[in-house]
Amino acid sequence: MQTSNDHIVRSFNNDLNDLSAKIGKMGGQAEAILQDSIQALVRRDADLALRAVEADRRVDALDAEIEAAVVRMLALRQPMAIDLRVIISALKIAQALERIADHAKNGAKRAIIINRAPPMEQVRSIVRLSEVARDMLRGVLDAYANGDANSAVKIRDRDEDLDLLYEGYFRECLTYMMEDSRSITACTHLLFIAKNIERIGDHCTGIAENVYYAVTGDRLGPARPKSDQLLGDK
Amino acid sequence: MADGERFNMVAAEAKVLVRDLNVYYGDKQALFDIELDIGKHQVTSLIGPSGCGKSTFLRCLNRMNDVIDGCRMEGSIKVDGDEVLDASIDPVQLRRRVGMVFQKPNPFPKSIYDNIAYGPRIHGLVSNQDELDELVQSSLERAALWDEVKDRLHQPGTGLSGGQQQRLCIARAIAVRPDVILMDEPCSALDPIATARVEELIEELKKAYSIVIVTHSMQQAARISQRTAFFHLGLLVEVGVTEQIFTAPRDERTQGYITGRFG
Repeated sequence: MQTSNDHIVRSFNNDLNDLSAKIGKMGGQAEAILQDSIQALVRRDADLALRAVEADRRVDALDAEIEAAVVRMLALRQPMAIDLRVIISALKIAQALERIADHAKNGAKRAIIINRAPPMEQVRSIVRLSEVARDMLRGVLDAYANGDANSAVKIRDRDEDLDLLYEGYFRECLTYMMEDSRSITACTHLLFIAKNIERIGDHCTGIAENVYYAVTGDRLGPARPKSDQLLGDK
Repeated sequence: MADGERFNMVAAEAKVLVRDLNVYYGDKQALFDIELDIGKHQVTSLIGPSGCGKSTFLRCLNRMNDVIDGCRMEGSIKVDGDEVLDASIDPVQLRRRVGMVFQKPNPFPKSIYDNIAYGPRIHGLVSNQDELDELVQSSLERAALWDEVKDRLHQPGTGLSGGQQQRLCIARAIAVRPDVILMDEPCSALDPIATARVEELIEELKKAYSIVIVTHSMQQAARISQRTAFFHLGLLVEVGVTEQIFTAPRDERTQGYITGRFG
């Protein structure tokens, strides 16, 4: 997050810059885990899947570092106004990134299991889902780095596309499972992966809202009314 | 939209109305077109860098600036509808209604009892000794000092600790039953425990009085006030609900000041 680097106390600038750099690093790592977990599935690459699982630990470690830095800054700097908003948002964004990496890691673990079964057509459609989620994550990390509230709002609006894709994928898998009961195990794992990707989109939405708040000081109004057709909503 | 509306300079129920206030020290203008309401039963804090005019503003409210040579005030300050700047207003009577507590505790070199009793006596607020005793006790109780001094009422006020002296000064201020209490950095000479006691007292006092406090501690302003006004170079830059000022100020200058940046 770009905040003007002109505190009278220069070490405060350094603290804020460190925090922002850590969020950026954590975001990059979460994005890589998402990418690798999907590639592991597509290329049937168990080693890559294991590396993605391993990488999640580094994200957890960064999350802990950020939390410690935030607690220290709140106690020692007693930040106000934009500083306060940036610091509180960093804590919440780090938590969201930790969840995102966790969801992606879960996909990598399932990829290892799915890859023991014969190759399946349905893997292709999940790539599409993951691309939308990855774009949202990249976009929201850029919005964070640039302190750009407008792009944050646009990212949030993309979550609807992801939800629709997920609902379509759900039906697709259901059809396969009804046609061939031997596909049920793999399809169920794929559905969990798809659901995790859909959750990643939700966390990106949360990050976008925090970026908006940090930059403007205002809360974004409620998102679009959520209708979940899978749960029977119209 | 006028700035006054945009920056929420008007309180819901105002005790003091300040309009178009300009203050000069000789040729030098210290305050420019100040428009501000002081809410009833609220704490309003005034913040800003040294020399920004916040103390000058505070001292206008009970005409403490009258004693400064060459100080001139123009505009309007109304306390409950009465014009403070009117030449016919008796400053002594005004200061009974608008009391003041200073940065450094300044008890009279008299007993604790007489420190409190002095104001009610000269203003003729009591008719006999029993009433006076009662008023001294109730003032000390409201200032949360009674339990600490009830056995030594006739010892000198100057023998108390700094924090106790400041609460004595607050008790002295409320003994004459003011409507408004002005406080000019009342805790800057106190340790954190004594500061907490005074802050707790302010919280209690706001139920009965309207309080205006000048403070250099942003945290203090955030803790005790409902509204905060930021002054800079003689201008009232922004006023708002305290929470908004400290989480999302609208003006860049306010943000620069409270976050410790150069404006």
